[in-house]
Amino acid sequence: MSGIELSAVQAVAKEWTEKLQAAGIDITSCYQCGKCTAGCPMAQSMDYSPRQIVRLLQLGLADDALRSRTIWMCASCETCATRCPRDVDVAKLMDLLRIEANRTGVAAVPEVPIFHKTFLESVERYGRVYEMELMMKFNMRTGKLFNNVDLGPKMMSKGKLHFMPPKADDGGAVKKLFERVRERKGN
Amino acid sequence: MRIAYYPGCSLDTTGVEFRLSTAYCANQLDLDLWEVPAWNCCGASSAHSTDQLLSLALPARNLAIAEKEGLDVAVPCAACYSRFKTVEAEVRQDEKVQQDVARVIDMDYRATNNTRSLLEVFVDQVGLDKIEAAVKKPLSGLKVACYYGCYLVRPPKLGHFDRAEDPESMDQLIAKLGGTPVDWPHKTECCGAGMITLSPEDGLPLTYEILRAAQLCGADCLATACPMCLMNLDLHQESVNKKYKADFNLPVFYFTELMALTFGAEPKEIGLDKHFVNSLPLLAGIGKKETA
Repeated sequence: MSGIELSAVQAVAKEWTEKLQAAGIDITSCYQCGKCTAGCPMAQSMDYSPRQIVRLLQLGLADDALRSRTIWMCASCETCATRCPRDVDVAKLMDLLRIEANRTGVAAVPEVPIFHKTFLESVERYGRVYEMELMMKFNMRTGKLFNNVDLGPKMMSKGKLHFMPPKADDGGAVKKLFERVRERKGN
Repeated sequence: MRIAYYPGCSLDTTGVEFRLSTAYCANQLDLDLWEVPAWNCCGASSAHSTDQLLSLALPARNLAIAEKEGLDVAVPCAACYSRFKTVEAEVRQDEKVQQDVARVIDMDYRATNNTRSLLEVFVDQVGLDKIEAAVKKPLSGLKVACYYGCYLVRPPKLGHFDRAEDPESMDQLIAKLGGTPVDWPHKTECCGAGMITLSPEDGLPLTYEILRAAQLCGADCLATACPMCLMNLDLHQESVNKKYKADFNLPVFYFTELMALTFGAEPKEIGLDKHFVNSLPLLAGIGKKETA
């Protein structure tokens, strides 16, 4: 019987444990009780349960967590973070995994980060969300041109969707805010 | 009473009736809402799923404008409220975060003011007695499932005004309006949020379970404080009915709409005609002093 090389995964486990600790999340506290998963309303749509995501990180298998469908199915409902008896902020953990998966381009459900990107472009440009443009751009970018097309006229008939973009009249403050966030990342 | 007011993007579009009914209630209750000038989007889930600093800076800019005025901020949308509470807590806890955020928004912000959910402002600050005194047309025993959803009460470490599990502030409010809050188990279950739009097959089961629980527990309607929840439960009720061969016909209200109705508002002036599930037949019975 040959030995299994564990040094590589140990290094990854250490790296993620430290990175998350800096963000106030201690995955070494997790004793795998599964309460996060029991209360998770999206668990049925996930490949790994929230408990398993934490276990993957403990074991140094961060890549599997980053490539999971789970992090994009998470609805950020905060039930896991509310109920964890070891105070592991699983909801925030999901955020950090999404940010990293997005940065490294390994998102398993690309539509979700495409939505977020399109949403934030709208906020940067107008200071507020311009729903009509958001939905049209999102459909074009995902190639699902007829996604939710029935909803637009429905919403418009009730005066709940506007042709014209919103105006924050912020004197460009939000655009500058976005620029400064980008500059900081560049440092 | 004067408080800063952050309506958020939804209240100009998908949740316009939340804005109309809030203004009506504030007027009736002498609540002076100072709308944050040139307010910007809170960033919602898109910001916190993309960049931590951005997700803090976007709400912080609005809070900083109100802080300069020395005012707390009333936030009707539960999702915006949660983002505001998050930045408030992080800025208070961590000096480095405070400095980073201040630099990015190019304004001083020290979180000396408080974010308050509009529900909290009405129930705890205006007060239930004052609200009860303003009721002209009571809900006459209307059975209301109070649906809090996620962000009014979770996560509890942010210091919310009500309990994370089995909250009761909205139930107390509905009772004061002459309604009957129903005891039901889905008060704080997630509605599916953006999943309903992004991936209906994953999101719709959540909406279905909430409607089913409300109906099984005898509710005539639901009340909420979240434009996202309302859109999912109201606009998508038809899709739920189709998918599950169900026949739900449950109107979904903002709690402010029910308040405004009891204060004497005409349904149209507060935008009740903008709902997709018609609530007018149900409301024909309200306004009688006698409750069932």
